[in-house]
Amino acid sequence: MNAKRKLLGSIFLTFLKMGPFTFGGGYALIPVIEREIVEKRKWLHSNDVADIVAVSGSVPGAVAVNSATFIGYRLAGTGGAVAALLGIFLPTFVLMIGLSLMYIHLKDNPKIEAAFLSIRATVVALIAYAAIKIAKTAIVDFSTGALAAIAVGLLLSGYVHPVWLIAFGALSGIAVVKVRALLGKKTKIDEEEPVYDYMI
Amino acid sequence: MLIDLFLTFFMIGLLSFGGGYAMIPLIQEEVLYRHRWMDASQLSDIVAVAGMSPGPIATNIAVAVGYQQAGTVGAIVSSLAMILPSLALILLAGKLFFRYRDNELIKSSFFGLRPTVAGMIVYAAIVFAQNSGITARMTWFAWSQLLIFAGSLFALIFLRKHPFYVVVLSGLVGIAVYG
Repeated sequence: MNAKRKLLGSIFLTFLKMGPFTFGGGYALIPVIEREIVEKRKWLHSNDVADIVAVSGSVPGAVAVNSATFIGYRLAGTGGAVAALLGIFLPTFVLMIGLSLMYIHLKDNPKIEAAFLSIRATVVALIAYAAIKIAKTAIVDFSTGALAAIAVGLLLSGYVHPVWLIAFGALSGIAVVKVRALLGKKTKIDEEEPVYDYMI
Repeated sequence: MLIDLFLTFFMIGLLSFGGGYAMIPLIQEEVLYRHRWMDASQLSDIVAVAGMSPGPIATNIAVAVGYQQAGTVGAIVSSLAMILPSLALILLAGKLFFRYRDNELIKSSFFGLRPTVAGMIVYAAIVFAQNSGITARMTWFAWSQLLIFAGSLFALIFLRKHPFYVVVLSGLVGIAVYG
């Protein structure tokens, strides 16, 4: 019983220490995970990490959070998953609350207002950049390009909630692959190596 | 309010395939249009701060929105709600993963999901673009916004600058130009 407690504690602390490194975004966490968990503590092998990242990218949610949760689960079941989750999430939670407080107090300051007028245009660029990166591996042929365009169109129409769009996307993918198969054409559905950088 | 926060962010957490930025269109829809908890400018500011801060942008946004609506308790509720589906699915996937990873059906659905998500993110950009004035009539302000947008995009794509620096620089530009 005590040994389990100690394990949960060290899982929590290990992921807590990784806090500052989540600055790079989900995939930037991987080298840190390799260093702390594979090399230092020898809790896992390198191969395991690759598999875990693959699952974490497929499950909804942030890669960083998912990876931590999965590793925690592998090490110590549900308790480990929760310990890892709390460890990696707590610092960002506290920091964000602090920043929100600062924003609320400062936002009526004219200089801050002016700054954010410019930042709003930059936010559009951030989002556009994210779209471009996902589009690079997502749009591989005419069908995927058309799908993306249809998605934009449906959303602009104002009639479709994104929830339905996601269902539509998944079903369309299945339909396109099946129809192509019927026509005798094979579709390349394996995803390319994800772009390991800071935004996702 | 807390129940609304919980249900909303649980749903968003459940549907966020494709990473943090894919959640933004969902968040826009729920926070701006359905609940009207704030206007697009405020959400855009939250996105900026969330993108600059360590941690996944999506959970950062959840914390900020929850905090704005209902203080620290709200922040806890919204972020836990968003994380819960991931936690549950990971616990499930842990057992099922090796059986279904190469499942053709799953891979096919992701083949369709990826471009859909790309489209969703493009839409999110359009929403914020219209809000910020980039797409407005040809006023001096609209041109300046367009320039800032283009400059930021250039810095991100070609100069490969981290969002943190681009946002900070943009803030300084804003003070100089709009102050």
